Amino acid sequence: MQTVSNKNRKLIIRLQDVERIYKVGVESIHALGGINLELYENEYVAVMGPSGSGKSTLMNVLGCLDRATSGSYELDGENTTKMTDASLARVRNERIGFVFQSFELLGQVSALKNVEMPLIYSKNGWWTRRKRALSVLERVGLGDRVKHKPNQLSGGEKQRVAIARALVCNPSILLADEPTGNLDSKTSDGILQLFDQLHQEGQTIILVTHEDYVSHHAKRIIHMKDGHICSDLSNNRDPRNNAVTQDRKPEEKV
Amino acid sequence: MKFVIQAPIAFIRLTYQSVYLALSQIWANKTRSILTTIGIVIGVASVTAVIAALTGLKAKVLTQVETLGTNSIFIQPRTPKTGPLQHASWWTIRFKPEHFDNLLEHCPSVSQFGRMTWVGNYTVSHREKSVENVTVRGTEPAVHKIDSRPVTIGRPLSVIDEMQVRQVCLIDPKLRNDLRLDRDCIGQSILISHNTFYIIGVLEPRPENAFGGGNQEQSEIFIPYKTSLKMQRYPFIMAIAESESAEVSDDALAEISFFLRKTRNIKPGEPDTFEVMSLQNALETFNKIALMVTMVAGGIVGISLLVGGVGIMNIMLVSVSERTREIGLRKAVGAKKTAILTQFLIEAIVLCFFGGLVGVGFGHLLTKALSSIPKIQLDMAYIPLWAIGLSFAFAGTVGIFFGMFPAIKAAKLDPIEALRHE
Repeated sequence: MQTVSNKNRKLIIRLQDVERIYKVGVESIHALGGINLELYENEYVAVMGPSGSGKSTLMNVLGCLDRATSGSYELDGENTTKMTDASLARVRNERIGFVFQSFELLGQVSALKNVEMPLIYSKNGWWTRRKRALSVLERVGLGDRVKHKPNQLSGGEKQRVAIARALVCNPSILLADEPTGNLDSKTSDGILQLFDQLHQEGQTIILVTHEDYVSHHAKRIIHMKDGHICSDLSNNRDPRNNAVTQDRKPEEKV
Repeated sequence: MKFVIQAPIAFIRLTYQSVYLALSQIWANKTRSILTTIGIVIGVASVTAVIAALTGLKAKVLTQVETLGTNSIFIQPRTPKTGPLQHASWWTIRFKPEHFDNLLEHCPSVSQFGRMTWVGNYTVSHREKSVENVTVRGTEPAVHKIDSRPVTIGRPLSVIDEMQVRQVCLIDPKLRNDLRLDRDCIGQSILISHNTFYIIGVLEPRPENAFGGGNQEQSEIFIPYKTSLKMQRYPFIMAIAESESAEVSDDALAEISFFLRKTRNIKPGEPDTFEVMSLQNALETFNKIALMVTMVAGGIVGISLLVGGVGIMNIMLVSVSERTREIGLRKAVGAKKTAILTQFLIEAIVLCFFGGLVGVGFGHLLTKALSSIPKIQLDMAYIPLWAIGLSFAFAGTVGIFFGMFPAIKAAKLDPIEALRHE
């Protein structure tokens, strides 16, 4: 097993013996059974594993949506384990950007309003909100679609809006849960290229996927099984040489 | 210190954004919002209309009282509620002229006093013209001083008319027109049931529905009191008095009662066979009734607001469960519990305020409609400003009260569960 060395980079995430136990009746289910993980600035990590392997639980814990039953989770040097709900909400707002499989856009408002939404919950004035939302929409290549509502946008554009929304607060990490799961392969490539671009611009990215060709874009691939990390490898392949789109069923869900 | 400044600003920002969100949400669900708020609309519309009607009625009564003078006292026979005279005829308990003799000397709080008779309804004629069914009343001169009904042409009845039992009369303009008399008809004669009377003055028409009875359709003639006794030996007699001032109004009532019990030989313990009522009293009675009506109406309106509130709560619960994913998303991107709570609470309040606004509008229309119905004394109905304030306060309270439960439900949602919700 090859460990990744990140001696000179800033530590962003440190998980120590993180366990997440669900109690169902008298039975306890170890969704996470003692995870140790360190993530550095500007890493691009793919978390892979079959369903039930605990990768979603890990994402929830990393995203501060869920708390570890035991162990400690440090984000940007701050221990989040003992934080209040309100503080966790602030952490989610300022440090974490979420991208979901099904986009989760508000249908009644424009792309711009969708992107502005997280800024409503932080201390920003109207003008700052607008400026930042516009610049981040520009960054994901939707500078000309800001006034469109989600139903006027294609699937790929919707996910770009969602990514813009995740980036608008300048998060320390971008968490993407199956970001290409609802997209066809061509659009998926576009989204993955956007992730590559964001990575090159210095963004730390963690994405959950069960598709190899998606994980090939990442620079580090973590495999999970039964609540444990079973491999943690660096990936030096150039994704452009891996045209493995054929092992994907075309347009399963749009 | 920093917190002290920041907290209110953050709160105002949150409120403003929540109002904005709530408005866009309501706009997105126009039909549903309108249907939901109908309960509130009806509640607020009825509250404003009822208050407007009562305010108008009060104002109307007050203006009428002002024309009569609040110190006026009315005295008339009345069967007691208990005792052997409970079912007595008016004849048994009627006033006789001598019952009132020397009343002024025995009642120091009474400044003026006059007897009034109802002689009957007669056919009145002048040359070929005749008018049937004219009410003829005998009045002592003091009556006109108390019931300040001005004489527009000519002069009022005088003490000399009274003493000499003159055949003179005051008529109202309607009768003058009906008999085709000249505008200045002073000195002309008319026949009241074959008796000749000379007109000495014309009265102003009686204000609509004033106390003491007043029928717009029927004309009235006033003749001296003693003349009326000559025409009709046993007329129906009542009296009008005036107290020295409003403060001694109750004293005056007591003195008159005491005096009349003595002259009518009512033994101690037996109930009164007459009624002495001041306008002050009547006004108080009216106010009591008005208050009671207000409270009953308030209760009914309260129920309708309650029903409206339950409607609001219901639709908010639907809204929360429909928007579970949205709530999950908002929480995921950093919305605190309070932010979610505020959003849904303000949505409920905005809905209620919207209902209140429309309700006040409808209430205004209703008031307009009420005031335009003739003969129900509501032409002075208007919505006072405090009623509008009250309506909005009510609507807001309903919003907070019934919006709280759905808002708490939304705030408590677990973001992971919420995002998984279908």
